Amino acid sequence: MKTAANILGDALFATGYEVQDAPRYGAERRGAPMFAYVRAADRTIVERGAIVTPDLVVVADAGLLGIPAAGVMQGASEATWLFVNSTEPAQAIRAQWRYPGQVVSWPAGFTPPAMHNAAATSASCAGAAARMLGVIARETFESALIAQSTGRSAGAIETTRSQGLAAFDAMGGVDRCVPEGGEHPATPPASPDWIELGADDAALAAPDIYAQATSEQARTGLWRSHRPVIDYEHCNRCSWVCSTLCPDSAIRVDEDRTPRIHYDHCKGCMVCVLVCPAHAIRQVSEQAAQAQEIEP
Amino acid sequence: MSRLLMTGNAAAAWGARLAGVEYVPAFPITPQTEIIEMLAGWCERGEMSARLTMYESEHSMVTGAASAAATGVRTFTATSSQGLLYAMEMVFAAPGWRAPFVLVNVSRALASPITLEPDHTDVLAARDSGFIQIHCATCQEVLDSVLIAYRLAEHPRVRLPVLVNQDGFHLSFTREPVDLPEEARVRAFLPPFDAHQAGFRASRPVSQVVAVLGGSPYSYFRYQVHLAQREALDVYDELAAEFAAAFGRHHGAIETYRCDDAEVVFVLIGSLAGQAKQAADRLREAGLKVGVVRPRLLRPYPASALRAALRGKQAVAVVDQNLSMGSGGVLYAELAGALQGCEYMPLLVSFIGGLGGRDIGDAEFFAMANEARDAARRREVPEPRLLYTARELRELRKLQAIAGTGGVQEETR
Repeated sequence: MKTAANILGDALFATGYEVQDAPRYGAERRGAPMFAYVRAADRTIVERGAIVTPDLVVVADAGLLGIPAAGVMQGASEATWLFVNSTEPAQAIRAQWRYPGQVVSWPAGFTPPAMHNAAATSASCAGAAARMLGVIARETFESALIAQSTGRSAGAIETTRSQGLAAFDAMGGVDRCVPEGGEHPATPPASPDWIELGADDAALAAPDIYAQATSEQARTGLWRSHRPVIDYEHCNRCSWVCSTLCPDSAIRVDEDRTPRIHYDHCKGCMVCVLVCPAHAIRQVSEQAAQAQEIEP
Repeated sequence: MSRLLMTGNAAAAWGARLAGVEYVPAFPITPQTEIIEMLAGWCERGEMSARLTMYESEHSMVTGAASAAATGVRTFTATSSQGLLYAMEMVFAAPGWRAPFVLVNVSRALASPITLEPDHTDVLAARDSGFIQIHCATCQEVLDSVLIAYRLAEHPRVRLPVLVNQDGFHLSFTREPVDLPEEARVRAFLPPFDAHQAGFRASRPVSQVVAVLGGSPYSYFRYQVHLAQREALDVYDELAAEFAAAFGRHHGAIETYRCDDAEVVFVLIGSLAGQAKQAADRLREAGLKVGVVRPRLLRPYPASALRAALRGKQAVAVVDQNLSMGSGGVLYAELAGALQGCEYMPLLVSFIGGLGGRDIGDAEFFAMANEARDAARRREVPEPRLLYTARELRELRKLQAIAGTGGVQEETR
């Protein structure tokens, strides 16, 4: 999403806007939810940091809609458009998550040859956003796509370019649907509910964790956009390679040496896919895998 | 001159490149930033002729920087947060050597507990080191400040290292338009480092780190660093004017925004000033005349400029994005010291906010301005306030419930 924000930022800047774009993320690396913010205005932008009341929210991983901590819909109102990278129909998404505004969905990362290609997904999300803003010319957007791919292979540049433009073209029906955000509301903001923070007992006030296995409660499996699936016909029951190298200890081995992936805590890093000596683990789109679970 | 979108990290790297630095000592691992990554790429590709050396720690890196600067080489280095703390012994030693170089710090909150987002407790730990400190609020300012910093550091009346500070994430990772000045114009403003007699040469040995001294000569040398800092106030003003004449951007020792007729003024440092300015505009629409004062120079402390800007105002809300445990906000205490005993000075109200990158929205700026105004009307100085809401405490209590109590009685919560 950082790349998507950079592409969109470049295109808006080339169009003549003042621009600010910034990623925000935590300590977790691969798979953790991350955000990027893009601001554009016809004058100097002084505001920084998180965008509190967005005009457009672009979600590259539809799975994040179900994670409250990700806060994807925070600050969204009836006026906030939501683009979701998903094969689900927009109305179904809107109903399922009780989204207050308009929803557009399009399978940005699911069309060949972009399947499982993060760069192409970024390009598609940027393309959809650019067209929904409706102020960026197609050629300007194309130049921004190519500029952000500098240094990559000719094939990769072409995938980025074609996927970005495909999304841009596919959004013709919602061209310029996102209006320019007006001035801030005329009424002063509500008072913050500040409190006087009192001193707690040191045993409570130290950042200590006494409870056991609290990490079990964090379903990091929800972060996954792709999942590893073991093909037990080809698994040679070596019993240790995938389970030892899994950085999240999310693969346990049964007594008969059969490995089991615990999807509640598999973040989808695909280390197991790479290291399996029997090549018995494959990468599957999470959305496709979940669809199969529902319709067995 | 070209106008490009770039991050604060890129702006810092461009500042070093345009300054024509000759030596870049760097610690390459976390918490090091993209600043060094960019410089390393340019050096490797021959786009920059500087020598870049990787060191095994920030402590050694700052030692290397000060040593190189002492030999008359223009030197640049960068670090962030815990890295600055790891270097701290040498951060205090280098100004005593009167070694002029520039260090960019990307401000991030310190452990413990740990976070990745910004506050100023890291850079304020270096406050009393003797380093000059310039605090930036935009990516443009980061680039410009690096250029001004070399003139200031190398000035014969100053001859001290300069720390240019930028906020993590809000500047370091944020792209925004930056004017990239032409190299020839930068060279006219900032000629190559002329070390004069201070240059250390193999043929002319100098012992720059003297033996243990008694308190009396020690006092002399330490106080000379202090006096050089005070000199730097005047030198800075001259350089800021010269920079403005050359590049059209004036970066004063303090920035003032809509202060002339203000009743209430926010005082803060760093990139949070953007939100404060936006809030000031909105508060004026709502009928309260609000301004913003942002010290760019924190060391030397621009006390007289602050007194001039705040004289006659009703109230000041000092927003400290730092915390001196057991005392409170550092900016608040320093400002109180600067205004003490002067006539027509405003009432100061202390707020602690933005620790660990916690956002401060319009609603909180509104509430701070109103509290400060009300306090001035009552002529009562309220207790310092941490910006912290009931909702935040509820969320924290939930986390504590998951973490378990370790035997603390339930009723204490």
